[in-house]
Amino acid sequence: MIQLSSTHILYLVEAARWTVLLSLIAFVGGALVGLPLALMRVSRSKLLRGLASIYIQIVQGTPLLIVLFLSYFGLGILGYKLDPLVAAGISFTIYAAAFLGEIWRGCIEAVPKTQWEASDCLGLNPVQQYAYVILPQAVRIATPPTVGFMVQIVKNTSLASVIGFVELARAGQIVNNSTFEPFVIFAVVGAIYFAICYPLSVASRHLERKANAGR
Amino acid sequence: MSYKFDFEFLAERWPDFVAGAWLTIQLTVASIALGFLVGTVCALARVYGGPVLRRIVGVYVEAIRNTPLLIQIFIVYFGLSSLGLKLSAEVSAIVALTVNMGAYTTEIMRAGIQSIQRTQLEAADCLGLTRLQTILHVVLLPAMERVYPALSSQFVLLMLASSITSQISAEELTATANLVQSDTYRSFEVYVIVAVVYLALSALYRFALWAIGLVLFERRRKLGTPL
Repeated sequence: MIQLSSTHILYLVEAARWTVLLSLIAFVGGALVGLPLALMRVSRSKLLRGLASIYIQIVQGTPLLIVLFLSYFGLGILGYKLDPLVAAGISFTIYAAAFLGEIWRGCIEAVPKTQWEASDCLGLNPVQQYAYVILPQAVRIATPPTVGFMVQIVKNTSLASVIGFVELARAGQIVNNSTFEPFVIFAVVGAIYFAICYPLSVASRHLERKANAGR
Repeated sequence: MSYKFDFEFLAERWPDFVAGAWLTIQLTVASIALGFLVGTVCALARVYGGPVLRRIVGVYVEAIRNTPLLIQIFIVYFGLSSLGLKLSAEVSAIVALTVNMGAYTTEIMRAGIQSIQRTQLEAADCLGLTRLQTILHVVLLPAMERVYPALSSQFVLLMLASSITSQISAEELTATANLVQSDTYRSFEVYVIVAVVYLALSALYRFALWAIGLVLFERRRKLGTPL
């Protein structure tokens, strides 16, 4: 049995970089898909609203783990063998898009209706209304919950370990397999996750207080 | 694409899926009930407790909400057993899910309890209600009614998150799927089926929570309006 040493801890910290990278991929992918979803949810077309709603219902009603298994093992057996990073990236994008889409829909709807009417009176077309009036205000409302959701993303990247992607959680398992001190190792792994997530939680709360200060 | 979908294994393996789904229901109902209890007590402590108690609950909530459930499950299952406390996979799953649920419930219920106005407590006092009566009827039930939508979504999210307990070989729905797909090599079909079962379970949970809400909250039943 190998003794737990500082090298192991260093290995864990280095693996945390992959957790951060995976979180960034998930957030960027989720934002790119989530924004159109949010806009579809508030669109005037019943079809677009329905489609976005079905997508969100399905993704929010299935565990992320199953989405991961489907895109890694499922697509693999269909003949599309994906790299674990790609499979994880796709799964997290699907997952984050559904939640961000729903969060942002609420934020767009929270912009007072009078803003729509006023910009209408100024003769702005719908694209201009979104670009210059609605979205800038929605962004301000959306920042605290979005930062809060980033915590969920970081935590959920730990699931990528089950398809063999070596990020922080998987690195913890690997170290555990050689040193066999699960309590200490997973506590350290948990502490590293905490070090990433806690600042985000605090930032989210701080932003929320600041946003509500004017009211 | 030359792949042919084949769901024939279902004819033989469907009892496995039913058993897995049943265990998922058992695990999650137990941890939702226990977690709600833990969370409610912690929320009361957070609002009405002394500074030390408030601090302890605060640390618990932040520690759990900022670390992944997977790691929490590993600590309970592998960690505790290495310290000499051996729990079965199912018990570990319930413990980890309960601890997790408790932290989220604390935050949600705290918001509800803080929304109860002081005058309500004073009125309860004037009516001569005991402390316990006040907490149950004047604080907790109305607080719960206010945050019931948030609580319900958190309960459904916990049910979905219980899939992670498959990683410590609790034989619930996801673990069953992993087993069947490794026997049949039909991973795509298996996971699609399980995804559909989870969707059905979420719908079932949402419906059950809505019905429970009707029973619990008189206002909703009689007037049809939320608080």
